[in-house]
Amino acid sequence: MPNKDAINAQWHRYSPTQRMQRYGLFLLTGLIIGWATTSIEVVWEWVWTAPNQIADLFARMAPPDPRNLDSILSVLWETVNIATIATFLAVLLALPVAYISAQNTTPNRATLWLGRFILVSSRSINTIIWALLFVAIFGPGVVAGIVAITFRSIGFIGKLLGEAIEEIDRRPVEAMEATGAGRSKVVLYAIIPQVVPTFWAVAILRWDINLRESTVLGLVGAGGIGMVLQGAIDTFNWPEAATVLLAILSLVIIGEAISAFLRQRII
Amino acid sequence: MLEISGLTKRYGDGEPVLSNLDLNVKGQNIVSIIGSSGAGKSTLLRCINRLVEPSSGSIKLNSLEITSLSGKALREARRKTGMVFQGFNLVDRLTVMENVQAGRLGYISTWQALSRRYPQADIQRAYELMERVGIAHYANQRADQLSGGERQRVGVVRALMQEPDILLCDEPTASLDPRTSEQIMVLLRTLAEELALPVIINIHNVAEAKEYTDRIVGMRFGKIIFDDVPTSLDDKAMNDIYSGTPASDRLSTETTQGAVHHA
Repeated sequence: MPNKDAINAQWHRYSPTQRMQRYGLFLLTGLIIGWATTSIEVVWEWVWTAPNQIADLFARMAPPDPRNLDSILSVLWETVNIATIATFLAVLLALPVAYISAQNTTPNRATLWLGRFILVSSRSINTIIWALLFVAIFGPGVVAGIVAITFRSIGFIGKLLGEAIEEIDRRPVEAMEATGAGRSKVVLYAIIPQVVPTFWAVAILRWDINLRESTVLGLVGAGGIGMVLQGAIDTFNWPEAATVLLAILSLVIIGEAISAFLRQRII
Repeated sequence: MLEISGLTKRYGDGEPVLSNLDLNVKGQNIVSIIGSSGAGKSTLLRCINRLVEPSSGSIKLNSLEITSLSGKALREARRKTGMVFQGFNLVDRLTVMENVQAGRLGYISTWQALSRRYPQADIQRAYELMERVGIAHYANQRADQLSGGERQRVGVVRALMQEPDILLCDEPTASLDPRTSEQIMVLLRTLAEELALPVIINIHNVAEAKEYTDRIVGMRFGKIIFDDVPTSLDDKAMNDIYSGTPASDRLSTETTQGAVHHA
């Protein structure tokens, strides 16, 4: 038999005070969004005519113009090479950075902070901004693109790898120390084998990301297919722009497929 | 010969985990250390190879003072001290042979370790020991493909590869089922006799301690309160070692445990 008092008992998820606080929070969120939209200048006519503009753009793009396909594909290949070389360099440079930014392997406090500083500065600056910087240093072209992507990738790979080092099982490390192994041998036998799967996963993921990033580098003159796209748009050559966009789309899909395949095979 | 005297270990300002402890292990003797969790058994073992830093006291292994060593000298002392762990502490993604050869890391160069070009004599010795404990056919398998008992055999062979002067076993059978556990104890016992090796075993299973070891040391609150042959471990001694909840009667036992039961 259920207790009568229990059946008649009242239950509320929130107390009156909590409910008022929640209403207050909703109101505040609405106000912030309202304030944000009114304080930017939106030309509303342009927003309303967008559907027409889209239709117009598509009409001008169709059919895509394949006359320059050969040179587009060769620049696309250059784009792949930028991504691959940059990923390879970034992996090499990220290894020592990961080692010194993991709490359990870093030699001392100073190296820990140095490692973290490298990671944060690399990650907080977008690839395009790195590219602008390196175009100024190396001049326009693939070198600036490769270095830009490398710099951005060091932070990404270093951070994930450093976290993997921090999460290893400590027991094999203890066992290696107990055999009288020095630091480098402990790293070789107890730490590296444990982070190898993460290493491959992160390297493949970053290559996949870099493939996409290297397609926009050309917009700031740092090589790759973006330069061709920029040229086509600047000269209102929409049919060619369409071909370039389709080429980029296929590249991204192929890259996705390759990295999915590698992940399955290696890990 | 292992001589420990006045060994104390405390973490921070807390109660000492080991307090003023003395223990001698001579010749080829199999000694088991029993005691409830938190009595300091693991800490004692880890002080002997300095995986844990003693606060004060002296530990001598074959007249070499262990507590003052550092750097290369410490590593050389460690390679003469084999250790077997409760969790086996193998490197899962390496092969059984690589795990076994890890016992030689204190002897070989970093290049040999990296390139896996182990000295022929070490490979020979590894196969002999693996054959002896019945895991030679697993040499090229990854360590995580083995069962618990087999993994612990890898752990034992790794420790023996060090050509140790003493073998420290930290609850080597606690992660194993009863039958496998007995097999490992038999193995440790026979290997110790074959290699004339002193062995210290931390163990929770008192029946196994009585059956397979020559001497039982009972610990409580970081001190040794029983030290005798297994036949002398009677109900009263068991009660002294295990009874009560550690925190509540800690003070009362500290006043009464001045008299250590000795042979």
